[in-house]
Amino acid sequence: MGLVMAIFIDEKTRVMVQGITGNQGSFHARQMLAYGSNIVAGVSPGKGGREVENVPVFDTAEAAVAAQEPDASILFVPAAFAKDGALEALSAGMKVIVMITEGIPVHDAMEVIDYANRKNAVVVGPNTFGIVSSNKCKIGIMPNQIYVGGPIGVVARSGTLSYEIVANLKEAGYGTSTVVGMGGDRILGLNFINVLEEFEKDSQTELIVMVGEIGGTAEEEAAEYIKNNVSKPVIAYLAGKSAPPGKRMGHAGAIIERGKGTFDGKVKALEAVGVKVAELPFQVPEMAKEILR
Amino acid sequence: MKLYEFMGKELFASYGIPTPEGRVAKNPAEAAEAAEQIGSVVIKSQVLTGKRGKAGGIAFVDNPQEAGKEAERILDMEIGGFKVEHLLIESKLQIDQEYYLAITIDNSLRCPVILASTQGGMDIEEVPEEYIVKYPIDVAIGMQPFMIREVARQLGLTGELGKQFASILGRLYRAFKDRDAELVEINPLIVSGDSFIAADAKVTIDDDALFRHKDLPRVEEKTDLEKRAGDLGLAYVELDGDIAVMANGAGMAMATLDMINYYGGSPANFLDAGGGAGVEQTAQALELLLATEPKAILINIFGGITRCDDVANAFATVKKNKEITMPVVFRLVGTNEEEGRKILDDIGIIAYKTMQETAQKAVELSKQ
Repeated sequence: MGLVMAIFIDEKTRVMVQGITGNQGSFHARQMLAYGSNIVAGVSPGKGGREVENVPVFDTAEAAVAAQEPDASILFVPAAFAKDGALEALSAGMKVIVMITEGIPVHDAMEVIDYANRKNAVVVGPNTFGIVSSNKCKIGIMPNQIYVGGPIGVVARSGTLSYEIVANLKEAGYGTSTVVGMGGDRILGLNFINVLEEFEKDSQTELIVMVGEIGGTAEEEAAEYIKNNVSKPVIAYLAGKSAPPGKRMGHAGAIIERGKGTFDGKVKALEAVGVKVAELPFQVPEMAKEILR
Repeated sequence: MKLYEFMGKELFASYGIPTPEGRVAKNPAEAAEAAEQIGSVVIKSQVLTGKRGKAGGIAFVDNPQEAGKEAERILDMEIGGFKVEHLLIESKLQIDQEYYLAITIDNSLRCPVILASTQGGMDIEEVPEEYIVKYPIDVAIGMQPFMIREVARQLGLTGELGKQFASILGRLYRAFKDRDAELVEINPLIVSGDSFIAADAKVTIDDDALFRHKDLPRVEEKTDLEKRAGDLGLAYVELDGDIAVMANGAGMAMATLDMINYYGGSPANFLDAGGGAGVEQTAQALELLLATEPKAILINIFGGITRCDDVANAFATVKKNKEITMPVVFRLVGTNEEEGRKILDDIGIIAYKTMQETAQKAVELSKQ
């Protein structure tokens, strides 16, 4: 899995926007262009031939590929149609697809991710804010101003919480290399391990910050992986310490069921392999300062 | 969405999976009538939680009088916080062996997985690993007969029972796939004489896929407030404390609760106002929080797609129309922060910059 350059995307990435003529699609296409992303095509069935922010719009992904050769796509497509849009993008040869949409049926997500694996492509999300390689390329919906270049790689399940932490880091004088939003759903294209593997290889990244939350076993599996495969320092912040069991805390994945996925279990697993665990978000920059000094 | 056992069994039966003869009863009279027709029966409370047996929510009776009496007792119960509203009255079965059979989704493998065991009847979490057959289903090809044969082989099932098992597992997968299930579980799958019968049914349907299953019954597990929030498209969970919380983004909302706890306070709820909530939605979320009459309200916004001025405007609108008696503490940063601060300034509210100041202040005010 993965590309050789930077992590997942870089300044050479040619981005396609599916659903570019919609409200969200056009707004975020504008924001991504403002960040410097190389958006080369939009797709909106029935709207081919138009332009949005000078980006040519096509009826299908295949038509977009024939004319503009994009290699990554971001989808602003309603949940009921997201599977079709994602399969279309993968079929047309995209190597990275970013699925912003929340509420995609889990059976649909499984099909998309399975197809992506067989196509050697990466699915970011679903229910993600996207991915940004600082000053190179942003494919997502996050606020532009907080992603300044630097030595810290961030991988997060949650959007706004990662903004909080990235902004705190920036305030403290630290920029980020790449920030990856895994997404809030229970089935995701990327897990912590996939991203840790890339950060370990990435020469720009000196420190890795994981932003996790209760539920599932992704953090525990990450800890197991870190033990033997990650030499760079890792800081983790986990949300949901005070969440009651059996209640889904917004994200489909964030639920403590049958005593699994608890905060304490995750902290224990991570600390056992040398990961520094922050109790509150604002402690992350303090820990980064200690490590990067 | 979890289905009640009787709904799960109806679903199974519609796919041709054998289930016991049974009827649903809502009162003792109906229970007695069902027993009259069926004979010796088991009365099972219908609640969305396990451990019914241990709690006394299951009774075996031999005549209608007893059935009525037991039904009355069980209908009075609350099990795991759920009031018993339905009973399932089923014919008592001879149990020769208990198996476990389920299909669920493995988050790490990102595919469906068959779970089966010869040690049925107890919580699968308590069954030793070596007694559980786990078989991942390749998404690209779906369930195939060879997979079923392999699972049956590992369970040691052959002959007539093996054939029945194959039929049940195939049908169970069809139900799982057709109905966008996250879990279909038969525990126990019993052998009674020379037949397999699904003695229990646990089915969870993916909430996000309900739009394509309009014919399925709807089961409400939420409190009234949670339901109201759900109708507004907000993620809301009721908690025990006295500081009402609104944040944008699920992770941010969770972190806000953690911070309130850290500073010695107690949150009244989890409310994710969404990544890109506009003025109208935010105002409705605020109205909902006010209705819970907390000691203080904390609003934590990191504007990305959510615009700070939208949130401030929503608050100003609500404040104009309604008297707000409890203190409100704001944290506002990100997109259109200056505009938002100005709007709040004009109505006498100062917005903090950091989460920690905001949480500390809210906790302090909640204790006055």
